[in-house]
Amino acid sequence: MSYITKPRVHHPALPTNSLGLTRRDYEGSMSTLCAGCGHDSITAAIIEAAWELELEPHMVAKLSGIGCSSKTPTYFLGKAHGFNSVHGRMPAIATGASAANRGLTYLGVSGDGDSLSIGIGQLCHAIRRNVNMLYVLENNGVYGLTKGQFSASADLGSTAKKGEVNRSEPIDPVLLALTLGCGFVARSFSGDKAQLIPLIKAGLAHDGFALIDVISPCVAFNDHQGSTKSYKYTRDHLEEAVAADFILPMAEITTSYEAGQGRTVEMHDGTRVRFRKVPEGYDPTDRDHAYAYLRDRAHVAEVPTGLLYIDTEDRAMHSVLGTVQTPLVDVGWDELCPGEDALAGIMERWR
Amino acid sequence: MRPTDTSDPHYYHRVVDCQWGCPAHTNVPEYIRLIALGRYTDAYMLNRKSNVFPGILGRTCDRPCEPACRRTRLDGEPVAICRLKRVAADLRDDDIRPLLPAIPEKKNGKRILLIGAGPASLTVANDLMPLGYEITIYEKLEKPGGLMWNNIPQFRLPPRVLNEEIDYILDMGVDLRTGHEVDSMAAVLEEGWDAVFIGTGAPRGKELDLPGRWDDPDHVHIGIDWLQSIAFEHIDSIAPRVLVIGAGNTAMDCCRSAKRLGGTDVKVMARKPRPLFKASPWELEDAEGEQIDILENHSPTRFLSENGKLTGMEFEIVRWHEQEGGRLKKEVLDTVVLPCDEVILAIGQDAAFPWIERDIGIEFNDWEMPVVDKSTFATSLPGVFVGGDAAWGPENIIWAVEHGHQAAISLHRYCQGEPVEDRPPYGQNLVSVKMGLHEWSYSNDFDGAQRAEMNYADLRERLKSMEVEAELGFDIERALQETERCLNCDIQTDFTGPLCIECDACIDICPVTCLTITPDGPEDEVRLRLTVPQIHPDQPLFASEPLPHTGRLMMKDEDLCIHCGLCAERCPTAAWDMAKSDLLVPYAGLEAGQIHPTRSGAPLEVSA
Ligand SMILES: Cc1cc2nc3c(=O)[nH]c(=O)nc-3n(C[C@H](O)[C@H](O)[C@H](O)COP(=O)(O)OP(=O)(O)OC[C@H]3O[C@@H](n4cnc5c(N)ncnc54)[C@H](O)[C@@H]3O)c2cc1C
Ligand SMILES: Cc1ncc(C[n+]2csc(CCOP(=O)(O)OP(=O)(O)O)c2C)c(N)n1
Ligand code: SF4
Ligand code: SF4
Ligand code: SF4
Ligand SMILES: [Mg+2]
Repeated sequence: MSYITKPRVHHPALPTNSLGLTRRDYEGSMSTLCAGCGHDSITAAIIEAAWELELEPHMVAKLSGIGCSSKTPTYFLGKAHGFNSVHGRMPAIATGASAANRGLTYLGVSGDGDSLSIGIGQLCHAIRRNVNMLYVLENNGVYGLTKGQFSASADLGSTAKKGEVNRSEPIDPVLLALTLGCGFVARSFSGDKAQLIPLIKAGLAHDGFALIDVISPCVAFNDHQGSTKSYKYTRDHLEEAVAADFILPMAEITTSYEAGQGRTVEMHDGTRVRFRKVPEGYDPTDRDHAYAYLRDRAHVAEVPTGLLYIDTEDRAMHSVLGTVQTPLVDVGWDELCPGEDALAGIMERWR
Repeated sequence: MRPTDTSDPHYYHRVVDCQWGCPAHTNVPEYIRLIALGRYTDAYMLNRKSNVFPGILGRTCDRPCEPACRRTRLDGEPVAICRLKRVAADLRDDDIRPLLPAIPEKKNGKRILLIGAGPASLTVANDLMPLGYEITIYEKLEKPGGLMWNNIPQFRLPPRVLNEEIDYILDMGVDLRTGHEVDSMAAVLEEGWDAVFIGTGAPRGKELDLPGRWDDPDHVHIGIDWLQSIAFEHIDSIAPRVLVIGAGNTAMDCCRSAKRLGGTDVKVMARKPRPLFKASPWELEDAEGEQIDILENHSPTRFLSENGKLTGMEFEIVRWHEQEGGRLKKEVLDTVVLPCDEVILAIGQDAAFPWIERDIGIEFNDWEMPVVDKSTFATSLPGVFVGGDAAWGPENIIWAVEHGHQAAISLHRYCQGEPVEDRPPYGQNLVSVKMGLHEWSYSNDFDGAQRAEMNYADLRERLKSMEVEAELGFDIERALQETERCLNCDIQTDFTGPLCIECDACIDICPVTCLTITPDGPEDEVRLRLTVPQIHPDQPLFASEPLPHTGRLMMKDEDLCIHCGLCAERCPTAAWDMAKSDLLVPYAGLEAGQIHPTRSGAPLEVSA
């Protein structure tokens, strides 16, 4: 929380994208989160990714639930659409919005509390329905907004700020998403923008539900010794297992992308993801393998990060349901609601 | 990369662009804050400490601080630093004498002669009188002040302001001998002074010896001599059509004076294109505001006269082409004749020392200028020092002042038997300005206001006489509005590396993208990895020591920092703090930061 807002003045050499916008045009209002919160860094990464992807702000919908993390959509893309749902209910709102207007880019932001406690059912079904959205789970191991109670992602044996020990097994959103058949599963760290920004870009480009679990330290309630989600612990235990670059369709295939023996997968919109680094024998398109690998690393308290699994054949909600290509908001009223006679005709079919 | 040593006073000094740009290192942001607080006398005294003549300079300074001002790099217009200086002088208490340094009754037994009573010599006297020296000034004219009174016209610098600030110094007990022209340095040396300072300026105006120059000499004037004759009240009128040759400061004063003395059609004739003019942009604007035409690319070729009476001048209309090595070559496009009744030559001036014998031990160079040491202002003759325009040719008042300060240090050391080459070191105070979690003791928000405009006296009134001051100065409202444009560049972002947890909060919040955390490496490589590439590589670049978590470096490109303090507000560990840096400048007999006791014994409160 600061008294002054971030002045509008910017660096004169700040580059613009093809829309003529600078990064600063993708900002929202001033963050009211605690100074040093990992969530603010993720906000900055989203701003950067949206600017690089040259998204038109008014073609984006930001959705969230309740929590410090869920407050953050206010702090980016001030000109986008937004919806702050009740606690844990953002996936339902996103599903409805996406059903009505498939033309927007959907970006959900949630926390480990919002997603893994009260909203876990919602999350599971959004994955299962394969809503076309990027779901950023800002994971700090606590309920930040309500002052630091353990969340469902807190590790067994980790301690709270005042010393209590957590005695419940954690829910790992990455393993959960893999189990539920999510087509894009990644993990990152708020303090590593070099990794996070391309993941956000790829997640937004992915056709279907994309989950990024971002370890995001809570400086106020979970950055002490004994925490397994602190800046220090995360830096000591995070292992960039899979390193991937996101490549726009038009981008020149430069040597830096194509060098080495890395493998490239193509996304539905022509963008590509290039795996620069994967563990020996790791196949990021093999769900079972990814699952086994992650379980294995968890035993040695290592937290692998990167684009851990991707399914390029994924079929998002609209293609599964066979809906029209035109966003429903743009379908004319008469077509959308053909009237009593048409309804009577349909009813007739079931008599 | 080598970590930046911010304890070196010159690192943060460089960040305070205006203070770095000011030859006398005036603490600009501090006096601007004092003005904002309504503490005009304190602002005046803070100015006086470094630039000695705040009232004079607040009207006439060449303002090297303003092009340096960081604000220019953000919205194109510097803070009106100079005009705010005048505000301090205009609104201060009438009587500041109790705050001037006490002068010891008992003298230290050393007698020093200053030749010439311009700003350089006066500064030497100002610095040495409080130390107990007996100071004598020989001045050839009837009044002290040098070019400040005999050339700078009254409509820019009222005598009231000039005399008051000169008197502050003379009243310290200086023995001023006016009407005393030195015509032999050898004779002066015979007089047995403990040391001598030469502050005789650059009094010789350049001649333009073109065909026809001497056909009607009464109507062709040397600019500085002509201005002097106005000051002496020997001249009080001019014929209607006047050509002023040259486009420097002198030309501007000549044309504006001509306009007041009867010139109705006054033209300034410049050989070069406007961007190359020596006059400052504001002087050009002021002249044009008084309906004076400024013609560029006109190269004079001859004076024309009929029956011994000047009728006009012929000019080549030229275009300039840049040659290899930056030299300009002219191409003549045409010739024109401009009719006129009088011509004023304002094409430069030189120092001249016909009165210094060449065999008394003062070494001269090929240009007939004494050889003067750049840091001590010493000549080759021990005990003889030179400063102001006399040292290396025409500069300006603020340089003359700074020369005076440095020469005073040398004179003092020389008289005390200390080596003059050992210059006293600068110091620095660094104090946190934190008042609360997100509260600072300065106005940290960025004010988007454009530069405040000056109010001028009514044009018709103004052109009626030499005495009406053209600029009216800022009123309090305008002054306050302008103070808020200052970015407080002396409120430094001060970094304590070991506290940083690399959360990126500062990087993300910085409105002008100054900050970067990046792996260590060779400097040129690291520079390429800044969040936004440096656009002014001459601006200081801060590098921390390796950070505790990852060994990466915190980098800061100081160039565009608006000193908003947001990085420090968003830093969870207070690794960034906002701290006021105060450059401590040494003066003669005063170590960096020391001050003389005041005349009344009252303490000087000069910090905001
Ligand atoms: C027309 C004009 C306008 C200017 N406007 C500005 C301005 O707006 N702002 C600015 O900063 N600068 C301005 N300057 C420059 C500025 O006035 C000088 O740089 C400054 O005054 C130099 O100070 P000084 O002490 O070295 O010498 P001066 O001011 O030249 O003083 C030298 C003194 O020495 C005396 N003297 C010379 N020879 C002898 C001798 N042999 N014996 C005894 N006495 C002697 C002279 O009479 C004079 O009083 C202007 C200059 C001119 C010509
Ligand atoms: C229905 C309902 N139950 C409980 C709460 C109280 N509550 C607010 S935020 C929150 C937890 C938020 O945790 P998380 O999603 O991890 O967000 P963080 O603040 O940690 O980013 C809870 C339980 C609520 N607002 N609404
Ligand atoms: S903004 Fe203020 S402190 Fe900074 S250079 Fe300009 S006048 Fe000086
Ligand atoms: S004070 Fe800090 S946040 Fe503000 S401009 Fe300077 S570096 Fe950026
Ligand atoms: S906000 Fe503070 S702790 Fe965070 S990166 Fe910046 S200096 Fe380091
Ligand atoms: Mg949480």
